[in-house]
Amino acid sequence: MRHIISILLENESGALSRVAGLFSARAYNIESLTVAPTEDPSMSRMTLVTSGSAEIIEQITKQLNKLIDVVKLNDLNVSCVQHIEREMMLIKLKAPASAREEIMRLTDIFRANIIDVNGDTYTVELTGTTEKLNAFINVFDCDSILETVRSGVMGIARGSSSLHV
Amino acid sequence: MELSGGEIIAQFLHDEGVEYLFGYPGGAVLQIYDALLRADKTKHILVRHEQAATHAADGYARSTGKTGVALVTSGPGMTNAVTGIATAYLDSIPLVVLTGQVPTGVIGSDAFQEVDSVGISRPCVKHNFLVKDINDLAETLTKAFYLASSGRPGPVVVDIPKDVTDPNIKIPYTYQQSIEMRSYNPVTKGHPFQIKKALELMLQAKKPVFYTGGGVVLGNASETLRTLVKTLNFPITSTLMGLGAYPSSDEQFLGMLGMHGTYEANMAMHDTDVLIAVGARFDDRVTGHLEHFCPTAKIIHIDIDPSSISKTVQVDIPIVGDVDDVLTSMLELLKDSDNKVTNDSDAMKAWWKQIKQWRKKNCLRYNKKTKTIKPQYVIEKLNEITDDDAYITSDVGQHQMFAAQYYKFEKPRHWINSGGLGTMGFGLPAAMGVQLAHLDKTVACVTGEGSIQMNIQELATCMQYQLPIKIINLNNRYLGMVRQWQEFFYEGRYAMSYMDSIPDFVKLAESYRHVGMKVEQTSDVEDALREAFAMKDKLVFIDFISNREENVYPMIAEGKGHHEMELAPDSELL
Repeated sequence: MRHIISILLENESGALSRVAGLFSARAYNIESLTVAPTEDPSMSRMTLVTSGSAEIIEQITKQLNKLIDVVKLNDLNVSCVQHIEREMMLIKLKAPASAREEIMRLTDIFRANIIDVNGDTYTVELTGTTEKLNAFINVFDCDSILETVRSGVMGIARGSSSLHV
Repeated sequence: MELSGGEIIAQFLHDEGVEYLFGYPGGAVLQIYDALLRADKTKHILVRHEQAATHAADGYARSTGKTGVALVTSGPGMTNAVTGIATAYLDSIPLVVLTGQVPTGVIGSDAFQEVDSVGISRPCVKHNFLVKDINDLAETLTKAFYLASSGRPGPVVVDIPKDVTDPNIKIPYTYQQSIEMRSYNPVTKGHPFQIKKALELMLQAKKPVFYTGGGVVLGNASETLRTLVKTLNFPITSTLMGLGAYPSSDEQFLGMLGMHGTYEANMAMHDTDVLIAVGARFDDRVTGHLEHFCPTAKIIHIDIDPSSISKTVQVDIPIVGDVDDVLTSMLELLKDSDNKVTNDSDAMKAWWKQIKQWRKKNCLRYNKKTKTIKPQYVIEKLNEITDDDAYITSDVGQHQMFAAQYYKFEKPRHWINSGGLGTMGFGLPAAMGVQLAHLDKTVACVTGEGSIQMNIQELATCMQYQLPIKIINLNNRYLGMVRQWQEFFYEGRYAMSYMDSIPDFVKLAESYRHVGMKVEQTSDVEDALREAFAMKDKLVFIDFISNREENVYPMIAEGKGHHEMELAPDSELL
């Protein structure tokens, strides 16, 4: 099963490689990983998407907790937690005159924004769940997509529960 | 007090009460060494290879319970130390390894003797640090010693660039003994509800077994374990790493379990209804095939490391906590009248009767009447001649298993071997650390002609510091364990397991001004050992020319269950 794990990490050099190294050393999957400093600059918040059986996920969270740089973590895919997840994508599309109208219409439908325009291309910004981003990609044929860049999934628990120190 | 980086390290080691620093100098640590000359409380031991520095610090740590400390230079100094660091990591041994690094300004430029020490050591340390600023040095050292020795212990590497130890840059220094870390709070108290639940299950058990490991030794829980096991009258088996935590001579002790464990220990594991795992980690050499592991048992697991619990075997009652603390709580609960120990129940009587039946197999018997020396016989005689206070280190292979099976360990921290990583070359340098920690005690290193040659250069260190270690070399001219597997599983094709061009160990020992002895007949074994151990102030290297194709029995082949173990065939007993 897919799990989103939120991690508060000491903002130390090498902390990211400890997490990444743990996953490769113990042959766990990483689907995506995103990390940036929090409002407290001494800490980073990481969102890690992984998959595995219940036993594997339990080991993953235990092994992550064992890393000295991990301050706290939270599995967002446990039954007692409801969560929201978002991913952001920038996608550069071929935009010949004949296709411009259609791209703008699709951008509206997906509530995306065109953030860069020139004579040949549109660059579109889109936020949503992984499925929504995939759906947007799927409405274009491969030839018209010049480039995509995705942030990886970020997650947060619903309600007042929060991951903080 | 204003000190340079080098002086801070020297002063810190002194303040921390570090007795010995095992090391080898080089370019990046010259300034630390220069400062060490001024620190007289911490004695530096000059080894002959950095791997030996880490093993010696490790042997010191295992035999004392204190943190072992090593100092090596950058680049090759650090990479040589990695095997010793990984050895300590797999057995959870508290070590602090200080490694020199090129100056901060040239890190990343492939400078002379530069390697990414933090990157290389990351997967085999509890934690590591790169100190980029002299102002962080003292605090980092405090953290390193705290992390190494607390919770589940382990090695910590502190990488120190050369400019951080510049003798011209001095800052104020005060010794800080302890430190709080928001990201590190090891659990020590076991959950009272879990402990109660576990004890209730134990008291209902019909066929209980204690399965104890290195955690009992590391957690200094031997005394409490003994009291609890005696109170309950349960049988107990131990892993390789736990030997000595419970006295081998006690009738409740079933011997070691696992791949080369005793028949009674492994059969009890297979038949048990309540398994009490204490400070053990269900290693594959212990469990055999997981599908056949303890098929009818409810499992209680006490461990300080949550990630050890349900890692390979799913357990029924996990208890995270300090082993001694949890066992003490159990003993206290037993004082309550509701928790009646019914160790004279019919079920327990039947269980002990069954165990006695298994014991009758006498699974460790071997033919003692041969003229050629049997390795088992050498260990039995070694056991007879040395007392319970002797420290036995070993290398890795058949000799290690024979030592574990035939030496009767009575006390914790007296059996020193590389169980997790299985590092050949561990025995002699580890024995140096043990001997330095216990100058008036007997220290023997059980080894083979393969293992001993992996760190043979340390005979020079032993000479320099007058370490009277007794080296028991079980010389069968084969890499014995490799040969045994080739005999069993590769149709006797002995690919590269033959040891050719073996040195004359007697002359070799003598060239280092030690005493060398060669023993070739069973009838000479005892006298030779007595003669060697009578030389209290000499290192004696005894080369026992032993039976070439001796096999270690009993044995559970890889992928088999405890109940499928094989005993020595009768033909070998004649």
